[in-house]
Amino acid sequence: MTKTERRELAAGLLFISPWAAGFLIFCLYPLLQAARLSLADYSVLSAPVYIGLENYRLLLRDELFWQSVLNTFWFAAFSVPIGAIVPLSLALLLNFNLPGRDLFRTVFFLPSLLPLVCLGVLWQWLLNGDIGLINSFLRPACEAFSALLGTPLRPPNWLSDPAWTKPALLIAGAWTTGNAVVIYLAGLQDVPRHLYEAAEIDGASPLQRFRHVTLPMLSPVIYFNGVMSVIGSLQVFGLSYVLTGGGDGPDRSLLFMATYVYRRAFDYWDMGYACALGLVLFLIVLTVTLLAHFVGRRFTHYESK
Amino acid sequence: MSPRPQHLLFIASPGRLFVLALALAATAVALCGCARPTTASAAPAVAPVVLDYWEKWTGFEAEAMRALVDDFNASQSRIRVRYLPVSQIERKLLLATAGGNPPDLAGIYAYLLPVYAENNALTPLDSLARRAGLHGADYLPFVWAACRHQGFLWALPTTPAVTALHWNKKAFREAGLDPERPPRTLAELEAFNDKLLVRDADGRLLRLGHSPQEPGWWNAYWVACFGGALWDPAAGFRADGPEMQAAFRWAGSYPRRFGAHELQRLRNGFGSFASPQNPFFTGRVAMVMQGPWMFNFIRDFAPADFEWGVAPFPSAVPGSPGFAIAESDVLVIPAGARHPAEAFTFMAYVNRPENLERLCLAQKKLSPLRAVSADFYTKHSNPYIRDFAAIAASEGLVSFPPVTVWSEYQDALNNAFDLMCLGDRDALDLLAPLQARLREQELRKQARWERVRATRLEEWKRHDQN
Repeated sequence: MTKTERRELAAGLLFISPWAAGFLIFCLYPLLQAARLSLADYSVLSAPVYIGLENYRLLLRDELFWQSVLNTFWFAAFSVPIGAIVPLSLALLLNFNLPGRDLFRTVFFLPSLLPLVCLGVLWQWLLNGDIGLINSFLRPACEAFSALLGTPLRPPNWLSDPAWTKPALLIAGAWTTGNAVVIYLAGLQDVPRHLYEAAEIDGASPLQRFRHVTLPMLSPVIYFNGVMSVIGSLQVFGLSYVLTGGGDGPDRSLLFMATYVYRRAFDYWDMGYACALGLVLFLIVLTVTLLAHFVGRRFTHYESK
Repeated sequence: MSPRPQHLLFIASPGRLFVLALALAATAVALCGCARPTTASAAPAVAPVVLDYWEKWTGFEAEAMRALVDDFNASQSRIRVRYLPVSQIERKLLLATAGGNPPDLAGIYAYLLPVYAENNALTPLDSLARRAGLHGADYLPFVWAACRHQGFLWALPTTPAVTALHWNKKAFREAGLDPERPPRTLAELEAFNDKLLVRDADGRLLRLGHSPQEPGWWNAYWVACFGGALWDPAAGFRADGPEMQAAFRWAGSYPRRFGAHELQRLRNGFGSFASPQNPFFTGRVAMVMQGPWMFNFIRDFAPADFEWGVAPFPSAVPGSPGFAIAESDVLVIPAGARHPAEAFTFMAYVNRPENLERLCLAQKKLSPLRAVSADFYTKHSNPYIRDFAAIAASEGLVSFPPVTVWSEYQDALNNAFDLMCLGDRDALDLLAPLQARLREQELRKQARWERVRATRLEEWKRHDQN
């Protein structure tokens, strides 16, 4: 290594050192500590007492843990496709050169600027089973269908009926797709015009142009948003926490893995067990993300390759 | 000689290096600012000892204590109390104590004492109380018992409360009931419930006489209404005991009688407790179980013509005078507090009879003391405070169990209770697996305590002798 190369290396290391220090202090160190404490009976206030793999054995037979895993995967199974289709559709619409386009772009991005707590409180009222705005729209429709079908049909009690809490969360969550819309829009504007022109000259219909030009050119963006959406869905916590007023929802239908970690750690003073849960959550997220990475990579097209 | 790369110029320039060093130094200084200030800093020798006091109350209750703090600060120059109302105090106190930077004293709920004490997060107060001449015999028995755990005193009380039935007299009149006569048995409460029920032409529920889910803070305690205990010192929790099953079957009768969907819809429309949309004030529920604090909210949020009464909540046990839950707010000194002796001086000041009465009058609550001054009740603005005092002095009050898994137990029972209210559930099917899971958690926590028990008791004894 020449002197210049050494100096460049030193400068490079210096520039990444804030990130590296942040990663070591705020990510790696807590992760290693969590791994250590997951082997202990630890209440935060007393010194940890090491109990081997007892926390992990308990976890295997803990029905609340399994319920939280099921709830999380149920939510992710719907949230990830919705998180891809809704913003992509909106981005495609907002990409048309129509009057008021900039206004609509702003409107769709606005909910992303709202703090999560405000969003949760707002949706608590919108989804109120008795006086909520959504049910006030649904009620006349339900009455019309009831008259038509001859069986009583009522709008759901979104946040108090275990069958409807997760759909309610999906609806509230879909409102914050503004970030993804912006990323898709940026991706759409990066698609070279000449590809569309060539496809048009070849006689491709609008649907064929979307299928054979837009989608392949947008695939890296879809892949990025997809992976982020998978990670976000598996770590769902904030919105459900506010919607349920800090609880788990009826019949624990909104008890997610992250919620359960939080409750164990800060409500029940069971930090050792919470660390074990957190580590398992980390491994699950890592595995699913890697899986999404390898599957997604096969369908991703990079123009520079 | 090759030109130096531009990005290295940024680093190598002495001026830039100086700016970088300055920025790093500023960051270091800012980070140091996060650390606890040491009392040995350049403070003058005569400076008062400053105590940090975190209190869970907000609103008028916080202001009532602030007045007492201000008077204490004005009454002497040796100690200055810095008063800070803190929300979600149980979590913040836990983290501050674990981080070695707790406040000097904190106002918490008594039910938190077992978990804080067994985790060595509090300072035992026996010797300090003895020296200050405070005696348990001066306090209401349930209040003093709530301050003790594992044979040690961990807190001094401030404002206790007991629950009672509150009923809407106007709703009673509308239903053809005597507005001055509350139900005296649970069966009678349910008979009144049927009479107070109002539906619209479409069958939609508009008013319930009573709902066991309202306000939903004490669902686990309903077992005591059926003559059962929350916890047994020998057997631990009995979530599947016959009395708990009876309480759950009672809750399960509501969706059968009124319709699960309609009950849920009606409950969805209940506004928050401290608002004019409180279902008791809007007339959506005609009878609720609440404490003496309800008076403040009725005064602030209920309609001007709201008429209400207070009586013991009826029990399902024949011959029982009623069912009431007893709670207390307390002051504690967290472990690791810098000035425990000075903190106790303030706690003892608050516990002077005249100051406790002042605080209870301002917060519209009961006094924790057995004896009160002649004009305590006449000065009290809650018109039913004597009824509450009579309930507080009665037998059969139910209080939180002295165990560290209480929060988890309560959450689990609340969840099961709400499920029962959704309808079509069998009480035992819900309670039997819950009992197995909770018993395992209880035994885990017991094992945790047994591992450190001898050491802890020894430490606390030593502390008490010092």
